[in-house]
Amino acid sequence: MAEAKAFDELWGDGGADTARPGLEALASWLSEIPAAELDRRQLAAEAAFRSLGITFAVYGKEDASERIIPFDIIPRIFTAAEWARLSAGLEQRVRAINAFIDDVYGAQRIIADGVIPADIVLGNAQYCIAVAGARAPHGVYAHICGIDLVRTGADEFFVLEDNVRTPSGVSYMLENREAMLRLSPELFDLLEVEPVDSYPEVLRETLLSTAPDGATTPTAVLLTPGHFNSAFYEHSFLADNMGIELVEGTDLEVDDDIVWMRTIHGRVRVDVIYRRIDDAFLDPLVFRADSALGIPGLMAAYLAGNVSLANAPGTGIADDKAIYSYMPEIVRYYADEEPILPNVETWRCREPKALSFVLEHLEELVVKLVDGSGGYGMLIGPTATRKEIAKFRAALEAEPERYIAQPTLALSTVPTFTERGIAPRHVDFRPFVLTGAHGVTIVPGGLTRVALTKGSLVVNSSQGGGTKDSFVLAPAGAR
Amino acid sequence: MLSRTAANLYWIGRYMERAEFTSRLVEATIRLNALGDHAEADQSWRSALSVVGADQAFDATGESVGSLNARRHLTLSEANPSSIRSCLSQARDSARAARTALTVELWEAINRAWLTIRDRTSPGGAQATLNLVDSVKAEIRGFEGGLGRMLRSEGCWFLHLGSVIERGDSIARLLDVKYYLLLPPGQEVGGKLDRDQWMTLLQIVSARTAYRHLYGGALQPWLVADFLILRSEMPRSLIASAEETVALLSSFAARSGRQGQADRLARARLDRMQDLDIEAVVQEGLHEWLHAYLRENAAIDQAIAQQFRFG
Repeated sequence: MAEAKAFDELWGDGGADTARPGLEALASWLSEIPAAELDRRQLAAEAAFRSLGITFAVYGKEDASERIIPFDIIPRIFTAAEWARLSAGLEQRVRAINAFIDDVYGAQRIIADGVIPADIVLGNAQYCIAVAGARAPHGVYAHICGIDLVRTGADEFFVLEDNVRTPSGVSYMLENREAMLRLSPELFDLLEVEPVDSYPEVLRETLLSTAPDGATTPTAVLLTPGHFNSAFYEHSFLADNMGIELVEGTDLEVDDDIVWMRTIHGRVRVDVIYRRIDDAFLDPLVFRADSALGIPGLMAAYLAGNVSLANAPGTGIADDKAIYSYMPEIVRYYADEEPILPNVETWRCREPKALSFVLEHLEELVVKLVDGSGGYGMLIGPTATRKEIAKFRAALEAEPERYIAQPTLALSTVPTFTERGIAPRHVDFRPFVLTGAHGVTIVPGGLTRVALTKGSLVVNSSQGGGTKDSFVLAPAGAR
Repeated sequence: MLSRTAANLYWIGRYMERAEFTSRLVEATIRLNALGDHAEADQSWRSALSVVGADQAFDATGESVGSLNARRHLTLSEANPSSIRSCLSQARDSARAARTALTVELWEAINRAWLTIRDRTSPGGAQATLNLVDSVKAEIRGFEGGLGRMLRSEGCWFLHLGSVIERGDSIARLLDVKYYLLLPPGQEVGGKLDRDQWMTLLQIVSARTAYRHLYGGALQPWLVADFLILRSEMPRSLIASAEETVALLSSFAARSGRQGQADRLARARLDRMQDLDIEAVVQEGLHEWLHAYLRENAAIDQAIAQQFRFG
């Protein structure tokens, strides 16, 4: 199916033996390096990841509770021109997302102007009533966004998902680069690659910039659910590289609407919390009462304006897949310009016409839960069994508003080192967009996820996908 | 530093030390049995189990005290909280939780020590067990090396503090289980078995040649006791642990300008030990003296937890 006509990011459409302009150096490197050497480096990379403990837990698989994500040694490359367009599009989109969140918890102009139906926002499970009417410090809600992009042609990039709650994966961007520098240093002589190692510093600046007014030397912490969480490695990696404390709920307490952390010398006031736990677990007094991960009173401190939360509670409203389908309208509304990065065509199953189309074309479409993530609760029509399709048909008919559908895209491929030599594998891309009090910053890079199984389109690490380093090339003559 | 992080570091220190001690105990017991006759073997293993307080957990399994069962219980058993596997698993759990406070080198040493033992299902024969504890010891040496290269700051001090408190505890228990071997001078002793036992004791604390340097001549049981209790040149002696505890707590005090109950208890213990000689200890009754030491050590452990808000 898709693989026969997929666009290859190194070779272009033709699959010929001439690389796309700017990528010739990678092509010749690939043709010259012996397979045995690639194999050796691949093994060395895996051993290094294992010994550093860069692991990722997979829910529901006990024996694999600490798996390393497979790393592929062949990088994926963006030219300077491609990156310029992507980063402009990302900045435009994330600015609109922040404006949208500010609006729906504030004046609700976008609803009043009839751009987006009220029920899809206000009746949405992701709409956080607890923060309605409250403005986040400096008006920043989605400090860290992971925007999932897919590509189907030389100039065809689409946004697949906006991850604006607690997106993960950035540690792989940094560690994959470390691995590449160690294992294939010669590539960095052949190609002018933009560095990514400033990310922790930029993130720290972003977080501190949103501290509530009055905090002269603000203290930021990273709040993790703990070391059994699947992304714990990333939490500790980021805290370590930002030089801030990695805290759990029990390390914090709220007293008179002020957040404190418990240290060996007594308590220390906290101004910014980069939280990597979901809204539902933040504060048992406001959200789930059974949450042992959160801090009683945290929301009161937030609403009193005494602490900044990144990302702010309630950002899930912009992460919802039903809202996603309105994203082009949202961008147009707040930016007053055409979206640079288009959406993937999306059918909202809540609309009867769309639903009947989707039900007729289940075999060709990808169907997703509006609030699903990680590749769970998803139907990929072309590869699904008849039983799976029947199951989704029943689910769609029962609760259509919980689903959207999209065409099965011919995701671009990148040469990947497999057991049978170098072969094309489908990829997607998650760059990380940071928004602070002083604007948007995008470190030139991101997480490339690759579906290691031949022909597979599922790149999620929880479903056996791997990762690659993503090179962004410097503009010619920049160095 | 977060109190929880401090507690994790302290326990990493304790568990790594305990894993090392159990490794040496297993190694020395295998050696003792190789020297002595086989009829004594079960007795040696029973005594090794009681040194680490694992005899009751072992009896609960209903297994017979054969060499294989005892070796499995001490190295791999998940039911025994002081087995090498349990110690390394808990050290690694704490290390994962306190990952940001550890250097890469320390984390890797702990992780590798755990990987050495994680997939083992049987300790194998005596030789295979020796190989296993050898590789565990090698990784723990890597941990100790990493500790020596760590920034001299709170994190490093908590790791050290955990290991010296644990060391005092395990050496005192080791001596207590073997105390009948260390009876007062003058009593009829000195058979081959006793000699082997003393050598074993010294080997557990890796001090066979050190003993000869300090005392020359033949093994004297009460000199062995003196050596392991009161000689501060001996890094694993009880007094060395007491000294290090005081020194480490003073480092915290120098940094924060504050002292607490742990400082007072640790200093009082050291003062008393500095005035002691081995005859006085033996007069008081070695067994009673060691128990008083164990209680005091536990009180210091509690005071540390309270002073640094581990709870």
